[in-house]
Amino acid sequence: MAKAKEKYSKELLLDIYEVMNEIRRFEETALKFFNENKLRGSVHLCLGQEAVSAAVIGLMRDEDYITSTHRGHGHGIAKSRDLKSAFAELMGKETGFCHGRGGSMHICDLSKGNLGANAIVGGGLPIATGGAFAQKYRGTDNMTVSFFGDGASNQGTFHEAINMAAIWKLPVVFVCENNRYGLTTPYQTTTAVEDIADRAVGYAIPGYAIDGNDVLAILDTFAKCQERARKGEGPSLIECKTYRWKGHWTGDPEVYRTREEVASWVAKDPIPRFRAYLIENGYATDKDLDEIEERAAKDVAEAAQFALDSPEPDPAHVMDGMYVEGGFPL
Amino acid sequence: MSKKTYAIAIRDVLREEMRKDPDIFVMGEDIGVQGGIFGCTRDMLKEFGEKRIIQTPISENSFVGLGVGAASVGLRPVIELMYMDFIYLAMDQVLNQAAKMRYMFGGKVKVPLVVRGQQGIGRGNAGQHSQSVEALLMNIPGIKVVCPSTPADAAGLLRTAIRDDNPVVFIEHKALYSTKGEVPDDPEFAIPFGKANLVREGKDVTLLGNFLYHGKALEAADILEKEGISVEVMDPRTLVPLDIDSIVASVKKTGHLVTVHEAHRTMGWGTEVAAAVTEKAFGYLDAPPVRIGAKMCTLPFNLGLENAVVPQVEDIVAGVKQSLSL
Repeated sequence: MAKAKEKYSKELLLDIYEVMNEIRRFEETALKFFNENKLRGSVHLCLGQEAVSAAVIGLMRDEDYITSTHRGHGHGIAKSRDLKSAFAELMGKETGFCHGRGGSMHICDLSKGNLGANAIVGGGLPIATGGAFAQKYRGTDNMTVSFFGDGASNQGTFHEAINMAAIWKLPVVFVCENNRYGLTTPYQTTTAVEDIADRAVGYAIPGYAIDGNDVLAILDTFAKCQERARKGEGPSLIECKTYRWKGHWTGDPEVYRTREEVASWVAKDPIPRFRAYLIENGYATDKDLDEIEERAAKDVAEAAQFALDSPEPDPAHVMDGMYVEGGFPL
Repeated sequence: MSKKTYAIAIRDVLREEMRKDPDIFVMGEDIGVQGGIFGCTRDMLKEFGEKRIIQTPISENSFVGLGVGAASVGLRPVIELMYMDFIYLAMDQVLNQAAKMRYMFGGKVKVPLVVRGQQGIGRGNAGQHSQSVEALLMNIPGIKVVCPSTPADAAGLLRTAIRDDNPVVFIEHKALYSTKGEVPDDPEFAIPFGKANLVREGKDVTLLGNFLYHGKALEAADILEKEGISVEVMDPRTLVPLDIDSIVASVKKTGHLVTVHEAHRTMGWGTEVAAAVTEKAFGYLDAPPVRIGAKMCTLPFNLGLENAVVPQVEDIVAGVKQSLSL
């Protein structure tokens, strides 16, 4: 694991650890609720991928934007730090981020720069490019991150959006979470290159393929790309190699991969790995980190209870939000 | 009032609005030095520079998507599609993103985006450059659909579109760009959405047409007048929102409804109007509504074939007589 060498504050690193644990507990609770029929729909868990959301967003400002994906709970939690609104949205409650209109796949929070999770694979890349365009247009040094998966890297929007960001030197970092499967399909069977990051050459921008379960590697790489974006030097592409422990969604029978393969990646769990780093380098004691884990578990439990206790949206207001004026004008 | 073409009426509103609001930018293909292939951004690069007049790569889905993202954080993009046929390449960003963003996000975001461009017949552009896209767009909740037929309507409706906080698809017609008309000089001149244009009063039949069929409906009305038939001609101007109340009021007066458009007859806007009028004014109708539109055929290259697909003035005359059982 790379050495932080005081590049990152203790507060930042412990905060990242807390966010990773929040995401872990959140996803575990979501799975439990799904299995108990307490929530409906397609729930796509990011268990095993927590390091990417927590580390990348750990370095971002509220004024920086993200776009997220159908597997977007981690991004939304890290950007907003509002577990209650997130869990309530998962349950379709009035108190959720989207008042129950969006659900798991559409968590957004403009007030904290989350331009939305997106259920169209590759749909967020152009929107992120638009966010970055606006940041440059307004003369700020804010920047945008577009999170997407290995599957999205084969959509036309990947090519179109990165090319536009490159020609106009927009302040955006394209962060690919390569979790090795597009639903049931292994990425090696859909993607001609071993490293998706190699495609950066085609846009004359930096590309990095890194260990997506290594918080310090993510921080070091993203910090470079973020600085480049803030200086107006243009976009970068980071491919974080990681793995989703659970199926594509909570009901996935997972016939396309072996138990052994999954176990080999669970053994690379980013959370104990980062925990060991924090202790070995004197950032925290076991007791400190136990307290953080307990707090994360308690906060998630409270958020889940808040969601359970929250009211359903009123069907009398079902048309609210369609148009700025309300209702449908036809 | 100034006499100007439909294309220049559009250009002038873009220019006037950009002078007033620094958040407006225009983005599209070949809109820079040349000012667009139809001249709707002529001389704008000189005035506003490359920051606000942005010529794009041929990447329709993603530059429309860039507009969606920029609009969601408060800019007011006007995105030009060179041909409305290309909106199909951008359909994910129009249909799945722009139209749904506000609702899916619980009403917490505005998407003040205008996607504008031209469509239709008239230049021998064949199947992939002559289509009418409005009917498909009408079936997407979350966007507004605007169809100006005259230079004044183009100016007044575009100003409203740019100032609207919802995504608006502003459809122009290529064969109207060089048509001239009087346009108010008032830099605040705006036509509200959802107000049909009563083009010509009449008492025997209500005839609705837009784009080229605004003019062709008037031609048909002239012919029919000579035969003693008084035609009330209306242009809906905006399809979402649709001014169904004014249309119903007219039908209550005339007892007859005929719709005509260049778009395909099947599921065209005339179908929605006919259904809505039947629901709201069944007892006032003296005959079934008559819908006139293009055959369900790809737009052909050859002029004779093209004319065989889209309605002609004589088809409108015949449709009105059919409604009146003449």
